[in-house]
Amino acid sequence: MSSTGKSPFGLVLPGLPQILLCPEKNPGWEKLFLAFQQLRSEMETQSIDGLILYSTYWPSVIGHQIQSYPEPQWTHVDDEFHDLGSIPYHFRVDSDLAQTINEQAKARGLHSRTVSYKGFPIDTGCVVALKLLNPDNRWPVVIVSSNVYADRAETIVFGKAAKGAIESSGKNIVPIIITSLSNRLHTHWIRPEEDHIHSLKDQEWNQKILEFLSAGRLEDVSQLSRQFHREARVPKVANFKPFWWLASVLGQNNFYTGRIYEYQPVFGSGAAIISLTPSDRAARDLEFDENDPEKFLGERQVIS
Amino acid sequence: MPNKGKIVAGVLAPHPPHLVYAENPPQNEPRAECGWENLRWAYERLRKSLSHLDYDVLVVHSPHWRTQVGTHFLGVEKFSSLSVDPVFPNLFRYHYDLAVDVSLAQQIHDQAEKEGLTVKMMKNPHFRIDYGTIISCHMTNPTWDKPIVGISSNGAARYFNMEVLQAEMLRLGEATRKAIEDSGKKAVLLASNSLSHRHFTVEGEVPEDMSREHISNHNQYLWDMKIIDLMKKGKTEEILSIMSDFTETATAETDGGSLSWLLSALKIPKYPAEIHGYGSVIGTGNAVVEWRTPL
Ligand SMILES: [Fe+2]
Repeated sequence: MSSTGKSPFGLVLPGLPQILLCPEKNPGWEKLFLAFQQLRSEMETQSIDGLILYSTYWPSVIGHQIQSYPEPQWTHVDDEFHDLGSIPYHFRVDSDLAQTINEQAKARGLHSRTVSYKGFPIDTGCVVALKLLNPDNRWPVVIVSSNVYADRAETIVFGKAAKGAIESSGKNIVPIIITSLSNRLHTHWIRPEEDHIHSLKDQEWNQKILEFLSAGRLEDVSQLSRQFHREARVPKVANFKPFWWLASVLGQNNFYTGRIYEYQPVFGSGAAIISLTPSDRAARDLEFDENDPEKFLGERQVIS
Repeated sequence: MPNKGKIVAGVLAPHPPHLVYAENPPQNEPRAECGWENLRWAYERLRKSLSHLDYDVLVVHSPHWRTQVGTHFLGVEKFSSLSVDPVFPNLFRYHYDLAVDVSLAQQIHDQAEKEGLTVKMMKNPHFRIDYGTIISCHMTNPTWDKPIVGISSNGAARYFNMEVLQAEMLRLGEATRKAIEDSGKKAVLLASNSLSHRHFTVEGEVPEDMSREHISNHNQYLWDMKIIDLMKKGKTEEILSIMSDFTETATAETDGGSLSWLLSALKIPKYPAEIHGYGSVIGTGNAVVEWRTPL
């Protein structure tokens, strides 16, 4: 293929197992399940050659890891929700695209590697999202990790590696972030019908993010990431990174048509299914005040 | 009524996959030339020490089986599968075949529940055992001739703070001790965590190239030495009192609560611990430490 590859749109997808394993137990979970089906049937009418998933459920320490095993196959069980059942999976990975992302990441100064091992534990978030969106392996996928120590510059550069790989592939590839919005789970067992967003504060922050994204303001959400991390995320990693990566792949601006397919609580966290499609008109022409690095120049040891 | 059971020893038994990798056991797929000998020899000394002990079961609390809703316990008699470390898959792809003492797990679960803790038995036979549990158990008992009890770690240090988690872990430790006493069994407890825990984010071509290995920073080293000094002096109550600061400023893996649980189960020992060794692994600080319960 000689033409330049591109991302026709990007997606935000949740990854908790309730949506896949027991959607019938809660009307909100069922709505998410149905929204996945609707999204999938819409995508099947479009020209899409593959998916790249950035998973907040796959932490890495040694730089960035890129799944390249051609056909990962396993029976997955979630660490927390093991009683909901097992999830057998068999995925199709675009190993060539994984290699290209890796080469592009290295050329940009990142420490990165492909991982290609039988039995590698693909995370719950990716397993759930792929089983729902891509159950027949219609589209080959690549999964990339989320480095626990990485901050904005490193994540933006890692996104550019994916963007460069997409362009050089000549294909139409959909970048996807697997993430909840607010991520605070209930810390006691609830009955499914009792599910709700953990706190009003989380709910309000989620709604603010949804308001921005429905207006196509991806870059504004990207730049709110640090504050969102402080306000509505349990701080398990250095920062809330998925929107940095997505904006970097799709383009760091507010020129999008945003569509909220669904937003519901799943075990206390905010689960949203959202598409962002590049459009001609900026939602709002704000000043983008953070810099736009091309190369990663090394860790600056700001975190002890 | 059976004889009263007992915790015969408690061990800080960290789980860097590098140690199993460098040991080259048949269960692990990758091969190493050498590496991290100070810690591997520390585990050798631990094994030698435990070989003189009569015990029935290893009870392990692992930071890498992380649950947010209370504490979970392995509740299936046998597990046999492949564990691939998601962070270091190049070093750890281990074929395990292990037995669980489900009745003791259930007793600890029930005792903890009685004391008001949130608990759950894990009964899914497809569940994959976390690499923290496997590595601490392998390094302590590579023959796997004893059953284990596997206990998850709770995320309360991140959800709330270390004080909240530690309060829960002190209660879980007491419940663990009480259940072991009631069981009539002799148990060795393993807290599967590193001390300071800031990793390097790069790895060399040859992972076991020891010319690259050192602690991430001096701050962490000082903290590790402070904690180890208190262990040597039998001042574990002081360790618990500074656990929050240590965990935060040394980004310590004590944030899973394993060490707090262990010290509580051991009745917050005032006798000196045996330091079998200390070393860094990809920048993190690790000590193999044994508390031998007085007769
Ligand atoms: Fe660890």
